Amino acid sequence: MLESTTATLDAAVEYAEVEHLSMQQALNRALDDVLTADPKTLVFGEDCGRLGGVFRITDGLQAKHGDARVFDTPLAESGILGMSVGLAMAGFHPIPEVQFDGFAYPAINQIVCQIARMNYRSRGKLPMPVTLRVPSFGGIRAPEHHGESLEALFAHVPGLKVVSPSDAHDAYHLLKYAASRPDPVIFMEPKSRYWQKGPVDMRDGGTLSGARIVRPGRHLTLVAWGAMVARCLQVAELAAEDGIDVEVLDLRWLKPIDAEALARSVGKTRRAVVVHEAPLTSGLGAEVAQLITQQCFDTLKAPVERVTGFDVPYPSGDLEDEYIPNIDRILLGIQRVLEYRRG
Amino acid sequence: MDILQPGPVTVGTAPSASETTPGLAPEQLRELYSLMASVRFLDTSAVAWQRQGIIPGYAPELGQEAAQVGSAYALDLDCDFAFPTYREMGVARTIGVDMVAYMSTHKATWHGGMYDPQESRLAPIQAVVAGSVLHAVGWAHGQTLQGTPGVALSYFGDGASSQGDVHEAMNFAAVMNAPVVFFIQNNGWAISVPTEKQVAGGSVSARAAGYGMPAIQVDGNDVVAVYEATRRALDHARTGHGPMVVEAMTYRRGPHSTADDPGRYRSLDDERIDAGKDPLERLRKRMLADGIADDDFFAAAHETARSEEEAIRAGIEALGPRPGSEMFEFVFQETTPSLETQANRWREESDHA
Ligand SMILES: Cc1ncc(C[n+]2csc(CCOP(=O)(O)OP(=O)(O)O)c2C)c(N)n1
Ligand SMILES: [Mg+2]
Repeated sequence: MLESTTATLDAAVEYAEVEHLSMQQALNRALDDVLTADPKTLVFGEDCGRLGGVFRITDGLQAKHGDARVFDTPLAESGILGMSVGLAMAGFHPIPEVQFDGFAYPAINQIVCQIARMNYRSRGKLPMPVTLRVPSFGGIRAPEHHGESLEALFAHVPGLKVVSPSDAHDAYHLLKYAASRPDPVIFMEPKSRYWQKGPVDMRDGGTLSGARIVRPGRHLTLVAWGAMVARCLQVAELAAEDGIDVEVLDLRWLKPIDAEALARSVGKTRRAVVVHEAPLTSGLGAEVAQLITQQCFDTLKAPVERVTGFDVPYPSGDLEDEYIPNIDRILLGIQRVLEYRRG
Repeated sequence: MDILQPGPVTVGTAPSASETTPGLAPEQLRELYSLMASVRFLDTSAVAWQRQGIIPGYAPELGQEAAQVGSAYALDLDCDFAFPTYREMGVARTIGVDMVAYMSTHKATWHGGMYDPQESRLAPIQAVVAGSVLHAVGWAHGQTLQGTPGVALSYFGDGASSQGDVHEAMNFAAVMNAPVVFFIQNNGWAISVPTEKQVAGGSVSARAAGYGMPAIQVDGNDVVAVYEATRRALDHARTGHGPMVVEAMTYRRGPHSTADDPGRYRSLDDERIDAGKDPLERLRKRMLADGIADDDFFAAAHETARSEEEAIRAGIEALGPRPGSEMFEFVFQETTPSLETQANRWREESDHA
């Protein structure tokens, strides 16, 4: 089970080459494939069974794979993640869901103190092939705790890997890839992008580790992940009208961060702005800025800028647009970098 | 069974309204009905508001009017304090919370609602399932330490009862003899998961035995029975006998929220069978039979409910977004330099745009 790769998974399912899918459909297909290919896979969480999840990511999976493998749990996130540890020790491959980002908090004890360190504690004898799916980030005008960005919190924990797809193609392939790894992966799904359709090459996922350039450019690199990638692409289009050629780098893996990709991109553009929804202080923007500065210090034209959420609790819907980096704020960040002159 | 004795659990069903002479005057019964009518009308209207785009979402409490109104009616607002979930509109209305301020949470104005919790005797609206159950225990223990007579009324659902925090809360409360009443609305569902797949052992109240506290399971669609059970539990806690559990067996007649589609997990026929008797209809029949109210009374109650809703809707429609600066204002009592810098940057950039 631990050796299963996307190659072996793909062999089990026949697909047309390119399909047009929403991210929700792509994730659903990925789970279906993994359940089909790997009999040790279990999909569970609150409302994941009959309902198919509040976002329908597990839609139809219980009917197809049975309620022993796709099931509802009682309402307890610590229970869901704690049970995942025991299932993994018993040789299973859990893909639990927490219903919303903010409800990973009740499970933090099991995630941080148990899942993240069982491999270490057991000197490699008890690996934790757990893929925790977390509908993440904001932008849907939802109640409290339904719009949070926990990547820095997870990335700070030794023993966890963290990834976030920005489109349907990556969602499909990265989920299958994450689910075939022998280590715990926090899989952060940008919920505001669930219904966005895009082409998915079902056979060829491309490179699944590391970052991905989604738009090449010469003057400046925008670094983003999750829902902010699409926004940065919009910004790049607008900047192009002013003759500014922006490269957009989708980081994808938030741990490990693809430092080489940052060096390659910013080595070329010599300017960078990091964009994330999470609060500023101790956000991953700081980590990205440090990796860039260390590798590109001699050629950087300006300090790395951060355009982020604020150090405030994620606000109610009415103030959401004031909080999430918008096009104007990102353009202003770009402007600050372009106008920077050494003192 | 003497439910007022601490020690071994007594799980029973409180006498139904028709079997008992409730300690409620006719005037109070009329008030209970009027409250339920107001809550019902506002609740069903709020679902319509969502469809009309006045609010982005709502979690209806349809079917739970008796459980919410009856329990909240038993509170002593001079000293008690209630801890709601996200579905306790009927509690808020019963204890007299400013309903525009309450409903503003559903307009996405402010997460916790805009009412003053201290003044309202109602903690902020709580989105975290089981998030406030331990708070109720702490608040209650605070009353013991201060020698004040207040009791905490902790609202949560069958789904919430699965959270580890509920175990901790019940055990803390029992160990500390805290004056708290755990009021469970067992409405049959936690989104799509039925109680049978949620609550082992058949009921939440049965667990009270393990903590050595008494419990009452009550017909949650009978407002008088709910009132009686809650009043007895509050008295029990207030008189130094420690915590108690009240489990109101009721039914979530509506969807989990306006974003939910119950057709995916339960049939209309099942809904009809499982919902039991309508709490309003039940009290109305009883009041008519007992000669406590006539048709004019009910017509007037419904008319009052209608005009109340109209005023609340007008208030909600008039409610604009809060200024963005409030994002920064309420993070701390004592703000930080970094937060001020961010607020200034936010202001400049907003002005620029
Ligand atoms: C900690 C946490 N996990 C998950 C959720 C998502 N969620 C909101 S309500 C709900 C079901 C709650 O059921 P119950 O406690 O029975 O209350 P009811 O909705 O029936 O009033 C779930 C899973 C949440 N709000 N908080
Ligand atoms: Mg419930």
